[in-house]
Amino acid sequence: MSKRVLIVDDEPNIVAALEFLLEKNGYQVQVAANGEEALARLDEFAPDLVLLDVMVPKVSGYEVCQRMRAQPKWRAIKIVMLSARGREVEVEKGMSLGADLYVTKPFSSAELVATIGGLLSPQT
Amino acid sequence: MLQGWVVVLASFAYIGLLFAIAYYADRRADAGRSLIDSPYVYSLSLAVYATAWTFYGSVGRAAENGVGFLPIYIGPTLMIALWWVVMRKILRISKQNRITSLADFISSRYGKSALLAGVVTVIAVIGIVPYISLQLKAISNTFSVVLRYPDIVMPANVGEVPVLQDTALFVALFLAAFTILFGTRHLDTSEHHEGMVAAIAFESLVKLVAFIAVGAWVTWGIYHGFGDLFARAAAQPKIAALLTPFDAVSGSYSSWVWLTILSMLAIMFLPRQFQVTVIENKNEQHLNKAIWLFPLYMLAINVFVLPIAFGGLLHFSGGGVDADSFVLTLPMVERRELLALVVFIGGLSAATGMVIVETIALSTMVCNDLVMPVLLRMRALRLTERPDLSGLLLGIRRGAIVAVLLLGFLYFRLAGEAYALVAIGLISFAAVAQFAPAALGGIFWKGGTRLGALAGLGAGFAVWFYTLLLPAFARSGWLPIGFLEAGPWGIELLRPLALFGLGGLDQITHAMIWSMAANIGAYVGVSLMRAPGAEELRQASMFVDVFTRPALVGAAGFWRGTAPAADLHNLLARFVGATAAHEAFEEYARRRGVARAALGPEGDADLVYFVETELAGVIGAASAHIMVASVVKEEALTLDEVRAILDEASQVVVYSRQLERKSRELEAATAELRTANERLQELDRLKDDFISTVTHELRTPLTSIRAFSEILRDDPKLALPQRTKFLDIIAKETERLTRLINQVLDLAKLESGTADWHATSVDMREIVAETVTAMSEVFRERSVRLELRMPGVVSPVQADPDRVKQVLLNLLSNAAKFCEPGRGRVEVSLDEEDGAVRVRVQDNGPGIGAADQKIIFEKFRQVGDALTDKPQGTGLGLHICRQIVERLGGRLWVESRVGAGACFSFTLPVPPARRVLPAARAA
Repeated sequence: MSKRVLIVDDEPNIVAALEFLLEKNGYQVQVAANGEEALARLDEFAPDLVLLDVMVPKVSGYEVCQRMRAQPKWRAIKIVMLSARGREVEVEKGMSLGADLYVTKPFSSAELVATIGGLLSPQT
Repeated sequence: MLQGWVVVLASFAYIGLLFAIAYYADRRADAGRSLIDSPYVYSLSLAVYATAWTFYGSVGRAAENGVGFLPIYIGPTLMIALWWVVMRKILRISKQNRITSLADFISSRYGKSALLAGVVTVIAVIGIVPYISLQLKAISNTFSVVLRYPDIVMPANVGEVPVLQDTALFVALFLAAFTILFGTRHLDTSEHHEGMVAAIAFESLVKLVAFIAVGAWVTWGIYHGFGDLFARAAAQPKIAALLTPFDAVSGSYSSWVWLTILSMLAIMFLPRQFQVTVIENKNEQHLNKAIWLFPLYMLAINVFVLPIAFGGLLHFSGGGVDADSFVLTLPMVERRELLALVVFIGGLSAATGMVIVETIALSTMVCNDLVMPVLLRMRALRLTERPDLSGLLLGIRRGAIVAVLLLGFLYFRLAGEAYALVAIGLISFAAVAQFAPAALGGIFWKGGTRLGALAGLGAGFAVWFYTLLLPAFARSGWLPIGFLEAGPWGIELLRPLALFGLGGLDQITHAMIWSMAANIGAYVGVSLMRAPGAEELRQASMFVDVFTRPALVGAAGFWRGTAPAADLHNLLARFVGATAAHEAFEEYARRRGVARAALGPEGDADLVYFVETELAGVIGAASAHIMVASVVKEEALTLDEVRAILDEASQVVVYSRQLERKSRELEAATAELRTANERLQELDRLKDDFISTVTHELRTPLTSIRAFSEILRDDPKLALPQRTKFLDIIAKETERLTRLINQVLDLAKLESGTADWHATSVDMREIVAETVTAMSEVFRERSVRLELRMPGVVSPVQADPDRVKQVLLNLLSNAAKFCEPGRGRVEVSLDEEDGAVRVRVQDNGPGIGAADQKIIFEKFRQVGDALTDKPQGTGLGLHICRQIVERLGGRLWVESRVGAGACFSFTLPVPPARRVLPAARAA
């Protein structure tokens, strides 16, 4: 059974690239264009991992992360934060809010896929 | 009701009332709730300046000279304006040095010279005696006039009445008793007479009310207001002549000037004025109100002088009634008995007020500065060994009061008849004016010396005596009148009224010119001949620098003497009594912050200084100095040592000022730096934000480009349609990146002001048409309708055509972007109004909410339709547009409502000379 990944980003071209990469690697993918939509999808889609852009409309990536970590039922979901803002403080903020990884855009596609694979493999 | 017994009874009742007030004020003062600690009471007490001379004499002078009575009141009004500088300083000096009188003040300044104090006292007594005689004359004359009611009979010549039947003698003795009761019931260490001041303030009210009452009655009771009265007066040629201000006064202009100067000095140096202004002052701040209240009083009491004078002249046109008595005789002849009685009491107020304060001031001076120093030096009396001297002091003062009043009576008998009230008063004014150079010079010039002051006072007084007092005696027949007309021994140059041939002036002007010349000349000349001694230098510094010298250096810093504390205590006790001395020592210990017992048996310089100042408050600086010297083993300071102390002190002052200035400068500089730093930090934060935002904006397209190029690289077998799609995305994102970089660079140029501008005359019709044509393809692609509306002619504007196109392109592509394909409609219109060409871009897109209308013009702020994707673009377009339009002198704004489309407009100003006439535009 393939793992599920929820992509949360409002840049259509980035979403297109991520979607293509992940599907090619055998993941089941869904897309949310903003934080509100992402939270709404969580129960229904039940992803194993969320690729979460920090600067999304309505509810920001940070807030989504925080709310997910506050809910026991969502605690197991891995969170990879994506952001074009790469300052130290921002990385730290994301990690301290409970993200598993913080990836700065632009990222290497191969590395990202490998990282996701690593996070979702049974031994971790 | 003007029978003799009624008048006498009313007078006594009135004086009884004064006593009650004085008694009550003294009780309040003892209880620590001073009645006179008020600027209003203080100002009223200053009005002791207005005596019987003002009350009766002003009308007399006005009847003779018209407005010639005025300089006497203009002078004080001018002088009091300077008080903030002069009197505040005198007040501060007097409080610091516990000055007890004018003589004390002058002698203190010149090294506590007992001789100088004595000379000032003698001049004051001789100079003031005519003035006191004036009051006696006023009281006794008005009394005899009132007693003859209902007839109007002028009092008999003085010489015709035997001395023992003369009313003036009884008035003098009565006033002496009254003053003794008022002023010397007990001995006060600081010469404060609270009760007396309260009574004087009350008297000032009474005389003002009485005078205004009679003035109002003459103006509106006898005549029909000012207009009527003055019209009738003007109808009489003799009176009309009085209405021209300067012709009427003999000597005209110079008289006005000198009388004004004279009264400017009198308000400061008349002993009674010095007493109420300086000695009785409770609080320096009271000056602030007195500076305008006192002139107001002067104005109020002078308003009705001319009406009463004219009323009297019209009424008693036959003559035979002394103009000095108009105030009283007008109500009498009209049978207004009550008013006449009120006037009499008012006049009594004016006279008694003056006599009480003046004689108390003089008696203090006579006792402290004339008699005591002499007695203390007479070793045979062994005064320095007597245990209690306060009884002796009181006795001397009481004796002095009686003596001064009897002298006044003597002058009245000798010379009183020869002059009008005002002329007598002016002689006294001229005498006290002699104190001005030594006193004023003393507080502003450190160079004045004891000898200089003595020489100045002596010379000025001698001239006064010769040119004013001797002629007064001569006119009264006590000296051969030939002395006046031909000069002594027939020497014309020495004629007292035209000294050294200076003729053609009135007597006062003449005397003032010569006496002031002699006084100032001698004071300055002799002072310059020899440098001040140690004691003089010390006192000069304490007076002149009273505001700048730190209090500590001013006091005991100069002293080196020591004395057994017990001796000092006994010394003080002899003059103020054991209880008061004990309290003073307790107070001293408290100020030093130690217990009384801890002071030790040997009094140091500080204690010596303290005792001398306390003592000076009772017997004057000169006597106190002698007394303290008798117990103190003082090592006299040499001149060099005093100078060194003074130099050191002034260096400390200068240094501390420099320090203060430096520290103020430092504070200001720090504040400036702090502001600059905050501003820099703010700029830094803004720059940081900007860079962070730009980075984000650059990374976003880069992310897509990298991702898709990696996909294409890693997956060579990708289907062609997908490959094409991905390459297309890469191309678009590259374009976006390029656009972003260009716009950031453009913005940087605009903000730094380095952008190139090619301003030419631009026809906006052409620009709009070209841009719309260029954009028409984009609109067609998006299926949005584009309409254009333009007038036939618009005025040319000064602008860079490429920049204007850039703005319009941006607005149009925004409009195209936000319109719904198929239903979209964009209208571009151009018009001209209020000296500006306006371009409008109206769309029918989703519109912009009020809150967002400001945000969209900020950097990197975009507002998209929240439900759909975020808008394309960099977020810099509108910000750059606004920068450009504002740079061109125009305005860019948006009008919109959510759901009703948006209308972006910008204006460009038309230079005034280029405006096309409306008619041409319509064509």
